[in-house]
Amino acid sequence: MTLTFAEYAIMALMTLGALFVLLAAIGVVRMPDLYLRISVTTKALTLGVGMILFGAAIHFSDITTTTRILAIVLFLFLTAPISAHLIGKASYFVGVPLWKKTLLDELEGKEDTRAELGVPQDKAKPSGVKDSSETEKPFR
Amino acid sequence: MTIEQYLHIVILPILALSAVLILIRFAIGPSFSDRVVTLELLITTGLGAIAVFSVYSNVPTYLDVAMIVAFISFLATVAFSHYIEKRKRP
Repeated sequence: MTLTFAEYAIMALMTLGALFVLLAAIGVVRMPDLYLRISVTTKALTLGVGMILFGAAIHFSDITTTTRILAIVLFLFLTAPISAHLIGKASYFVGVPLWKKTLLDELEGKEDTRAELGVPQDKAKPSGVKDSSETEKPFR
Repeated sequence: MTIEQYLHIVILPILALSAVLILIRFAIGPSFSDRVVTLELLITTGLGAIAVFSVYSNVPTYLDVAMIVAFISFLATVAFSHYIEKRKRP
């Protein structure tokens, strides 16, 4: 039996997407550093899963399903960088080591910027000084 | 070869192999943050497998499951990063 053009398109999209997912898996095994692994997560895997989902959209060729798939892909493309940034920043300030061949570390020597924003820090401060954020403000 | 056979023979084994590779990094990951990143990677791979399975079984309702799984993955990563900052050790 012969395949239609849409089926060839689905096959190509799904094959490319699965190969990108496989590349992301190989990269997360072989990368030497947490931050490089985060980079793999937020680029290759998002692209691969997006291509697989677009293949599903071509297969169903229905306006409601296509809208749903577009919503999923948009959500993935929005939230993958946000979660990667959050987990990378938390890991850097907690002390996860960088790769020893890292060339540029722009955050080196910088303290956590949450102190300027008024977020309470650790309890090791001098006990006489109280942060303004720790004192309870009266409810108005 | 129909497209269902192609998905069943080629695409789903590739996704399963990548899930196994990600599980290896989940087992040997040195810090807790590695395991959080790997967990998100594993959930997103499962999302791709759900999409492939919805094409394989021709049921578009499974894509709702994929949407909920994407929500849960994002919320889990945000919560884990919050608690990594609070406990102050890698």
